[in-house]
Amino acid sequence: MKYEIIVVGGGHAGCEAALSTSRIGHKTLLITGNIKNIADMPCNPSIGGSAKGIVVREIDALGGEMGRNADKSLLQIKMLNSAKGPAVRSLRAQADKITYPKEMLKTLKNESNLTIKEGIVEDLIIENKTIKGIILDNKEKIYSDIVILTTGTYLKADILIGDTRRREGPHGEKPSNHLSDKLKENGFTIKRLKTGTPQRIDKNTIDFSQSSKETGDQKYLSFSFDNKYYYDIDKQVPCHLIYTTKETHQIIKENLNKSSMYGGLNDIKGVGPRYCPSIEDKIVRFSDKERHQLFLEPESIYYDDVYIQGFSTSMPPHIQDQMVHSLPGLENAKILKYGYAIEYDAIDSKQLNQSLETKIITNLFTAGQINGTSGYEEAAAQGLIAGINASLKLEKKEPLILKRSEAYIGVLIDDLVTKGVIDPYRLLTSRAEYRLLLRTDNADTRLTQYGYQVGLIKKERYNSFKNKLLSINNLKQELDNIKLTPSKETNNFLTKYNSTPLKDGITLSNLLKRPEIKIEYLKSYLNNNYTDEVLESVEISIKYDGYITKALKEANKMNNLDNKKIPNDINYDKIHNLASEAKQKLKEIKPTSIGQASRISGVNPVDISLIMVYIKKEYFNEQK
Amino acid sequence: MQDTIVAISTSLGVGAISIIRVSGSESIDIVNKITKQDITKYKTHTIHHDYIIDKDKIIDEVLISIMIAPKTFTKEDIIEINTHGGIASTNKVLELLIENGCRLAEPGEFTKRAFLNGRIDLIEAEGVMDVINSKTDKALSLAMNELKGESSKLIKDLRQKIIKILANIEVNIDYPEYEDIKELTNKDILPSINEIECDIKNIINNSKDASIIKDGIKTVIIGKPNVGKSSLLNRLINEEKAIVTNIPGTTRDIVEGEVYIDGIKLNIIDTAGIRKTTDVIENIGVSKSLELIESAELIIFVLNNNELLTKEEQDLLERIKYKNYIIVINKTDLESNLHIKDQNIVRISALNNIGINNLKQKIKQLFNLEKFESKDITYISSSRSIGILKETLSLINDVRTAISNDMPIDMIEIDIKTIWNKLGEIIGETYQDELIDQLFSQFCLGK
Repeated sequence: MKYEIIVVGGGHAGCEAALSTSRIGHKTLLITGNIKNIADMPCNPSIGGSAKGIVVREIDALGGEMGRNADKSLLQIKMLNSAKGPAVRSLRAQADKITYPKEMLKTLKNESNLTIKEGIVEDLIIENKTIKGIILDNKEKIYSDIVILTTGTYLKADILIGDTRRREGPHGEKPSNHLSDKLKENGFTIKRLKTGTPQRIDKNTIDFSQSSKETGDQKYLSFSFDNKYYYDIDKQVPCHLIYTTKETHQIIKENLNKSSMYGGLNDIKGVGPRYCPSIEDKIVRFSDKERHQLFLEPESIYYDDVYIQGFSTSMPPHIQDQMVHSLPGLENAKILKYGYAIEYDAIDSKQLNQSLETKIITNLFTAGQINGTSGYEEAAAQGLIAGINASLKLEKKEPLILKRSEAYIGVLIDDLVTKGVIDPYRLLTSRAEYRLLLRTDNADTRLTQYGYQVGLIKKERYNSFKNKLLSINNLKQELDNIKLTPSKETNNFLTKYNSTPLKDGITLSNLLKRPEIKIEYLKSYLNNNYTDEVLESVEISIKYDGYITKALKEANKMNNLDNKKIPNDINYDKIHNLASEAKQKLKEIKPTSIGQASRISGVNPVDISLIMVYIKKEYFNEQK
Repeated sequence: MQDTIVAISTSLGVGAISIIRVSGSESIDIVNKITKQDITKYKTHTIHHDYIIDKDKIIDEVLISIMIAPKTFTKEDIIEINTHGGIASTNKVLELLIENGCRLAEPGEFTKRAFLNGRIDLIEAEGVMDVINSKTDKALSLAMNELKGESSKLIKDLRQKIIKILANIEVNIDYPEYEDIKELTNKDILPSINEIECDIKNIINNSKDASIIKDGIKTVIIGKPNVGKSSLLNRLINEEKAIVTNIPGTTRDIVEGEVYIDGIKLNIIDTAGIRKTTDVIENIGVSKSLELIESAELIIFVLNNNELLTKEEQDLLERIKYKNYIIVINKTDLESNLHIKDQNIVRISALNNIGINNLKQKIKQLFNLEKFESKDITYISSSRSIGILKETLSLINDVRTAISNDMPIDMIEIDIKTIWNKLGEIIGETYQDELIDQLFSQFCLGK
């Protein structure tokens, strides 16, 4: 049996990869250890968050599934940072852990080009540094033109609790024991990473009266630009906020050496994520903090598990009992699942091209936690890009490489392949230098075009996007053309909103630049009706025009450098006087553009000058 | 590459006309911000009379040459400004251009652009490689040495202050659900912003290199009577045919004489004392000469080649070792009786006008003044730093305006971050993940 593309792993990266390749029209096989665990959410029951919510919007604009699927499984949703500026707003939702995988599996099964199969992949078929297929643990061989590895935490996964280490993945699933060795034999650098998860508590044993309620927004919201709402705004499920107590801290301090990470196990190699420390880490590193914030998050409306966000631990079960019982309202709580840490193998992401194809094995792509990232959204984004680029490769087309100024996904992948990771990588707004351009409201205008070109955005959606653009332009024109005169009526209107009365005429655009004037106040002066989406988008672009122009100018500089390509047969040894650190890094990372080269730490501006002059001299002489 | 770059493309010298060259797509717009006339309508390859202005103050009377792409040396828009007012105003114009959006050119960058834009051929390109190479070490060490010691520490401290604000704003953005982390408001950051502005202004004022350009080098000539202080001063003055002014002052050690060495000003303290051939050591007393030594940035200690070293002279030699000093052994036309070893010795005969050039070279060496005068690739490190610092001051103004306009804090942060990055450029610290490191070490976050 031969497929065009095999996707190994059915997590968030694997689902997006398999959906995109099959939707574009390529015969795809998705292999998963257990079909029941497809699109599983083994950690927190939420999608989105700061920066991550924008990634979900980007995935949706490119024609991926995560946004739509999250919309179908919402327990509650809110816009984070809504009181702050537009650049940092981002959606965060609680997603139902039963509905999310169920809906995703339904979508996968509907794809005619996609076959789903259970199996554990233990080896790869490689000929002349080119992938030819996979070998399962039962020795079955399956051939394909391209393989996308999205193995998550399942490469040599070890679950750590207290002083115990068990070779298994989340939910006690069987991990792949040999695949990472095979990758190593082929020249990949294998790293050991670590992450963790907190306890799940029986909802019925929690006294919520001692906590404060965290609800969703009182406005319909959706990740997807389809703007469909599957939930009832008044029936959103709340989360609850509590704090650790002195007693909690005492228990942890006294039992610290029993935690896997603090002496319980002495063979820990995995590097844990800085942004997601265990409760032990928090108490050790921030010992002067009297309390830590915890969120009680419902996992599903179909079962009773409540997730304690902020309490991840690798203490032995009996200590976890004490810890949980020291929390307000959880004195009698029943622990349904204990927290644990998990160690797993990952590859060095610097061994990837920006297309997510590996530099070592042709036609082998990787996405998600195997590349050293963490988070459902980061995984899904890579899965989608790997899927798109695998398809483009089959079609002998140039890969889709998003710029840092175009998408958080571009920032994510550029960071991975240019800087590499030490601890599991999470997207943060601080990682994006042009975050004012990478907003939640404009993800569609940034990326829909690409989604349409590769064939993932359907005609209908594309047309409504085009209409939105038209509407935005119309509104801008109206605001530019309509002028208010300093009449009594106008000035009454302005005084009402604490705005200075007019002495001369002013266009609506200029009026909108006043901080106190909102676009909704101006609706009555407009000739046409516009959707809230369009109003918001235009308001942002006018109000923050100064900052946006600045950001665009900076981004343009970087884009120009990114457009200057470095030939892939360049020999850095031939460039005299390159600093040796720069030379070594350039050889390792093999940047494809001057822009990428300039982002490598240790490569300074003089090195960049030398490379540019060298390229011009060696490669473009004949063209003159 | 898309930056608009600027450099002084002639040697710096007093009286001579300097040419400042600007190249890049924004050349005309940027220069237009500092000229009295509107230069945007001029035809290509024309020259115009104009004034350079800083706010309302006239800095210099200049000629402006406009050359619009592509028929220019770099195939970009080029403007050349001929300045007339000597090094101080030339530097001021350069600073103004940097403040308004130009970047100081790297060594060889005009030629590099000419090559990359296909204006010059391969053989010339080899030359560019050489220029870039040969200047690499120097440029690097300059960047490192620039703003030595205290100033560099000041900038580091300043960046530390800023990064704490940044981390605090970022943490509110990336972890909005953390209710026990204080939410920073515009009002909270305003005092810090004012404090930072104050710090930056202090750094500018304290920058030693800057004061060399602006105020000259405070110099004292010491030595016993009849050793030749006066004739040396006359030689220095005559050599340069520069102005010596006698401004009556209320105290004896105010600046009284100005001498120019290749465009760099020496302020000679106590010239009156020298002219009256007052015996500095005996008459004013050792304590007074020590005071003079203390306040001076350069000490020229004149000794007599014909005589043995006196006890007082030996004492003074010990004292000046911790300062920038030059030992001038005068009267080399006479028999040599003086035995002294030091690396900062210059032998002259003021009478016969021998060795004065060596003395000037020595002074330049001592203050690293060579960097002020290389052609086309001018690397005025202090102007660069000061330009950057002034740029940060104008960003601070933007921040304040934004605060008063009630802009969201994450917008304001964009400018604060730029300030932080710019300061990093000065001291060569541009580590990208610094902020993220700070975020996780300062706050306790995570699921």
